[in-house]
Amino acid sequence: MYVLWRVIVKEFLQLRQDRRILSIVFLAPVVQLVAFGYAANLDVTDVPLLVVDRDGSPTSRRLVDEFTASRYFYRVGTESSVADVDPWLVRGEAQVVLVIGEGYGRAVATGATPSVQLLADGSDSTAAGIGLGYASGILGRESARLVSARAEELLRAATFRGIPDRRASRVTTGRPSVGGINMEPRVWYNPDLRTRWFYVPAVLAMVLMIITMVLSSMGVVREKEIGTMEQVIVTPVRSWQLIVGKLFPFAVIGLIDTCLVSAIAVGWFQVPLRSGFPLLVGLTMLFLLNTLALGLLVSTLVRTQQQAMMIAAFGLMLPMIYLSGLIFPIANMPRTIQLVTYAIPLRYYATILRGVFLRGAGLDVLWPQAAVLAGTGVLLLAVASLRFRKRLD
Amino acid sequence: MRKTLAIALKEIRQVSRDPLSLGMLVGLPLFMLVLFGYALSFDVEGASLAVQDRDLSAASRDLVDAFLHSGRFEFRGWLPADADLAQLTRAGDLLAVLVIPEGYGTELAAGRTGDVQLVLDGTDATTATTVLDYARGIVRFTDGAVLREQLATAGAAGALAAAIDVRPRVWYNPELRSSQFLVPGLIAFILMLMTVLSTALSVVRERELGTLAQLRVAPLRSGQILLGKMLPYLGLSLLAMALILAGARVLFEIEVRGPWGDLLAATLLYLAGGLGWGLLISTVAVSQAVAFQVSVLSSLLPTLLLSGFVFPLRNMPEALQVLSHVVPARYYLVILRGIVLKGAGLGPYWDQMAYLAAYVVIVLLLASVRFGRLRG
Repeated sequence: MYVLWRVIVKEFLQLRQDRRILSIVFLAPVVQLVAFGYAANLDVTDVPLLVVDRDGSPTSRRLVDEFTASRYFYRVGTESSVADVDPWLVRGEAQVVLVIGEGYGRAVATGATPSVQLLADGSDSTAAGIGLGYASGILGRESARLVSARAEELLRAATFRGIPDRRASRVTTGRPSVGGINMEPRVWYNPDLRTRWFYVPAVLAMVLMIITMVLSSMGVVREKEIGTMEQVIVTPVRSWQLIVGKLFPFAVIGLIDTCLVSAIAVGWFQVPLRSGFPLLVGLTMLFLLNTLALGLLVSTLVRTQQQAMMIAAFGLMLPMIYLSGLIFPIANMPRTIQLVTYAIPLRYYATILRGVFLRGAGLDVLWPQAAVLAGTGVLLLAVASLRFRKRLD
Repeated sequence: MRKTLAIALKEIRQVSRDPLSLGMLVGLPLFMLVLFGYALSFDVEGASLAVQDRDLSAASRDLVDAFLHSGRFEFRGWLPADADLAQLTRAGDLLAVLVIPEGYGTELAAGRTGDVQLVLDGTDATTATTVLDYARGIVRFTDGAVLREQLATAGAAGALAAAIDVRPRVWYNPELRSSQFLVPGLIAFILMLMTVLSTALSVVRERELGTLAQLRVAPLRSGQILLGKMLPYLGLSLLAMALILAGARVLFEIEVRGPWGDLLAATLLYLAGGLGWGLLISTVAVSQAVAFQVSVLSSLLPTLLLSGFVFPLRNMPEALQVLSHVVPARYYLVILRGIVLKGAGLGPYWDQMAYLAAYVVIVLLLASVRFGRLRG
């Protein structure tokens, strides 16, 4: 036990000598979370809209106003013909184009079918999909208004001819419904549908993972490359003491970083932390156990720091970021790839983060994820230790 | 020129002694394209939906059928009237619950408003927004059907004003497949990571191993040495790019619609930028450990988050938009999407090329200066 303590102290001293690394491990996560927390935002608002109104009637102008008045669209320009639309879309200056044909006003007045064309830049499929959705919504509401008015006329005419008007009691509220179905959405956990509440925890996880994995994967390999590993081997220090000693300072750093970045997530970005801070920290430490063990495992597999870097970055961090459901939903992936994601510790941590921040889930809901992380953490640590021992002996 | 090539050859020999890294440099990009190209998608398939029908009328069944047959939802089952919705959604497995209150059918039949509720798990706001959109479309459709029925029952004659005929046309990506949007970004991301990481360690390694002293006395200018170091990786990256494009064509039907020459020019500039950035880090870092951390920190997250790969730059705060100007992927992505998806040449993107060129020049200049100082 005393030996373990001395190893830990040595590791701390070594860390303290490398001033640059110290500033990086505390400063970088904070800077990154702030910068990327702001960047990671998929709220689609102010979609650049180009208007081509070939009708120019009060009716068409009112339709255009519906678009510009909503906070979803931002009018970037007007063209008089569809042929001039090209450069706007190619350069990406307009995302959606509203084209109102010449006979729009007349069609509305006579009860014919007015037609409207929507062009969208599909190269940004997310924004295009959502932008078209908004546009369809606005047009749908406008549509419903027209149809509703006409339907009322028809029904009143029908009543006049002696058929009882069952809709007499209905007050026209101007709701966008024609047949009467009214769907009220009730959005839980994130009523304003702020995408940032989803992505800030994701950035938090990425930042913590990168720091701890980088630290632990370079830790052992560095000694090997520089040559101090042999000096350590001849000491009577046991390998498990070496491992725990090496990882302990990194775990402490991880703990401090966790506190720092969660404080920013909650204090700065106002992401609610509904399950409480202790649970977040506890489950995060379980996750960091995994990342540290993985980093250590990597460093036992390679000979040079360059290789450690390659494997850690490409073989571990990247797949984990992409396949964990942090940014890209697992539910949208093909079945086979979904199965693969079960092997990724970050996947479980992502679920934990969402549960702890937004859903107010406690251990009663998250115990499966916690159990898996604990299990894989211990397993990875054991494997890394075994490989490490082999190297030493 | 000959001296630069000599350095390039030396670097090639050094690199080939590490077949693991070499294999990864070429094989990994392709592997990543395959794996992530298939995995990364914002197209919502089969949103999980449960239904709580307290009305059990013909009208409510019609509405539920409309949802279930839309092909957008994955039906999870019927919920009893006293189900604890909070508990069910807390684990994150259930996305939506359609709640139809008692009396829905009678209200509709009487010509009044039939209210239904859609409870949504808003945690993943992007998916929730898309699902809400689908749901609204389904309700609009069913609503129209109800109106037609009512009119028919009331015997109302006369042409009903048709709803506005909306014709949406999506350019460049008619089926709105998110793969068309994400794969070019993935390519830019992979290339940036590759180039920065491959050169980032090259100078620092020489310093740590002690071979920097030999370079010091070599009769070469710093610029020539740096250029020579870059060349092998430039070649490797181009090879990787070719493989990636072939893969994208075969697997995701992403064809390069614009001129190949323009694509090559832009890509060379971009690769040079990434390699230059790696070299700059290499001349500044004191140890390979630091070089590694700085490379990862400065290329992985910025290229993922600040280049327009996933998150649109337009919606970010001013400060970040300014910051994104130092991320070369930002310019390359506009050009790449333009050439690959929109079939344009470099013409509309001359300003992006100018930014890229400026980036390359600045970075290589700085690296040269630092390297010169290192040599003493």
